[in-house]
Amino acid sequence: MAATAKTVETVRDVEAYKYGFVTDIESDLAPKGLSEEIVRFISAKKNEPKWMLEWRLKAYRYWLTLADEEPTWAKLHFPKIDYQDSYYYAAPKQKVGPKSLDEVDPQLLETYKKLGIPLLEQQILSGVAVDAVFDSVSVATTYKKKLNELGVIFCPISEAVQKHPELVQKYLCSVVPVGDNFYVALNSAVFTDGSFVYIPKGLRCPMELSTYFRINEKNTGQFERTLIIADEGSYVSYLEGCTAPQRDENQLHAAVVELIALDNAEIKYSTVQNWYPGDKDGKGGIYNFVTKRGACRGKNSKIMWTQVETGSAITWKYPSCILQGDGSVGEFYSVAITNNHQQADTGTKMIHIGKNTRSKIISKGISAGKSSNTYRGLVRIQGKADGARNYTKCDSLLIGSTCGAHTVPYIENRSPTAQTEHEATTSKIGEDQLFYCMQRGMTQEEAVSLIVNGFCKEVLQTLPMEFAVEAQKLVGVSLEGGVG
Amino acid sequence: MALIEIKNLHVSVQGKDILKGISLTINAGEVHAIMGPNGTGKSTLSNVIAGREGYEVTQGSVSFDGQDLLAMPPDARARAGVFLAFQYPVEIPGVSTSAFLKTAINAKRRTEGKPEIDAMEFLKLVKAKNKALGIPDDMIKRPLNVGFSGGEKKRAEVLQMTLLEPRFAVLDETDSGLDIDALKIVSDGVNALRGPTRAFLVITHYQRLLNYIVPDYVHVMAGGRIVKSGGKELAYELEAEGYTKYLAAA
Ligand SMILES: Nc1ncnc2c1ncn2[C@@H]1O[C@H](COP(=O)(O)OP(=O)(O)O)[C@@H](O)[C@H]1O
Ligand SMILES: [Mg+2]
Repeated sequence: MAATAKTVETVRDVEAYKYGFVTDIESDLAPKGLSEEIVRFISAKKNEPKWMLEWRLKAYRYWLTLADEEPTWAKLHFPKIDYQDSYYYAAPKQKVGPKSLDEVDPQLLETYKKLGIPLLEQQILSGVAVDAVFDSVSVATTYKKKLNELGVIFCPISEAVQKHPELVQKYLCSVVPVGDNFYVALNSAVFTDGSFVYIPKGLRCPMELSTYFRINEKNTGQFERTLIIADEGSYVSYLEGCTAPQRDENQLHAAVVELIALDNAEIKYSTVQNWYPGDKDGKGGIYNFVTKRGACRGKNSKIMWTQVETGSAITWKYPSCILQGDGSVGEFYSVAITNNHQQADTGTKMIHIGKNTRSKIISKGISAGKSSNTYRGLVRIQGKADGARNYTKCDSLLIGSTCGAHTVPYIENRSPTAQTEHEATTSKIGEDQLFYCMQRGMTQEEAVSLIVNGFCKEVLQTLPMEFAVEAQKLVGVSLEGGVG
Repeated sequence: MALIEIKNLHVSVQGKDILKGISLTINAGEVHAIMGPNGTGKSTLSNVIAGREGYEVTQGSVSFDGQDLLAMPPDARARAGVFLAFQYPVEIPGVSTSAFLKTAINAKRRTEGKPEIDAMEFLKLVKAKNKALGIPDDMIKRPLNVGFSGGEKKRAEVLQMTLLEPRFAVLDETDSGLDIDALKIVSDGVNALRGPTRAFLVITHYQRLLNYIVPDYVHVMAGGRIVKSGGKELAYELEAEGYTKYLAAA
């Protein structure tokens, strides 16, 4: 058999999902299905003020009107989701929030360890503050004190609703309106947790803020909600990463992330997404319908999205930037790897509104097996965005001949003084390249990993150091044949 | 002791017989040269030794250090100490030469039960070898073989060989595309590796290389067979007379 064909087969053979395990922590479940009662239940569980409940109900009622308007324009195929067949609330059995890590369920800590997230060591060694989200409820927040002293607010969003209602009311939904799309309306009605970050004026946040998400409860949709505000002249780097246990049924995940950068502020948002992609026959796996959007609201503000997407059965995700402030900058760096029967339709939107706004898009799609990988991007330059610039580069790498790669760039330029530049390439891992590497003693998996890592280097190097190493390993693992 | 033993090797490519009964025994410590006209099967022999796909061995055997080489996958052959300096080195865009070298070195070290090479140690090692081979240190920052000149590619092959210290190396026309100075440097690189535990098979078109890498034996290959074997003086004879009479014989 030819080496490439063998690679195709071995990557198809990814059997046991490397991080496949389920923690049996009993959950506090709301009854199955979605109704006004469930929305009220969630809000009550969270002790929310009335305005929040009203806001959720409004979203829910709007969602009902969208009943048959799930987006269908993406190049994705999946059975219709029965939204009444899911649970919308699950909490680990912990009545009172832990005061320190010692109070955290040891089994939970063990789970984190398996995922390579040793909280205790992280605290001591890396200086990374971790707001660990486990099944929709935050169970551990570290470094809170230090951040507090600096005036940084980094807490579960439910806590922000209680303690910082003025910020939440001012900014929530200010970038992604409730009615933006089907999934946003759904998320707004039922979101259970997520993170809230506020960086005060002029502060360069001295540590990377990170959140690890896990989906653990069977049939529980996850509706995370993240809101990050960088006040004038501030800077923050936020990391989001996740791995999830193996499971059989499709799981919906519809998160919403909103970023707001005021004058001269900068937000760097990095994601490594490695949810269960389904088995080699395409059974199971997470459905990931995410809406991520940032507003460069202030002058010379900057938002940079970096994503490494290796998991999920379906990825529907377009982290975007609205470049409102004059001189603001939006950047999008993406690696999307699909294998077996995975489907990804991902990209970005760069909306140039302010003068002299600049955007840069670097997308690397890697497809193997029978997967489908689509880059979909929009660059819109509005009439008043004098001197706007965009540079887009989309590269696709194919492994084998049964996968598909597609590039769908939309460019709308209404400003005579703006410039856009678009480059796209498609290449294949050649048999001769694999043989060459193997002749130097590398296994086929090592060779694939080396070549693919080389292909996505430009994106991986934008990740914060500690994440970059992890991501490089992940890139290899996600294309690995058999568990090594 | 025979390090590599090729017995009555017949190989076909896409149904066409290319090698028609090659027998060759190379002992540790020896350097053998194969000379022959284009299209005669020299690269086919190298590729079969290295384990490339697409070559069907219809008869015969190849053993390496007593093991059945043909039964081993290409990476296992490499880790056992078989090295091929490619006639046409492959470009690997995006992968820096240094990342490639480090991965290859670590694959070998893993086999030897050694830990991964430390970053400083790696740099020191590569710099030393670069110096000996006249390779600018900047070269290892570039993607492997991408945009390399013919000569740079060949030097990069020798650099890899020097770093991996194989027990048996096949050099497939490593001299082609090299000017005389480069040829000397590359030959010095090979000669530095010569020793009682190592063997080389040097494939070349020109006698010139054999002035620098002096072989113990020279074989003439034509029409998929070794048609004549002798000492190093055979190379001079070929230089003077050409291959015509062997072609006729084949
Ligand atoms: N992959 C291949 N597919 C088809 N024919 C091949 C292939 N490789 C080699 N050949 C043929 O085999 C013969 C020997 O080629 P090769 O081994 O490259 O010769 P040499 O290295 O002596 O010049 C040539 O006729 C060549 O065309
Ligand atoms: Mg040849």
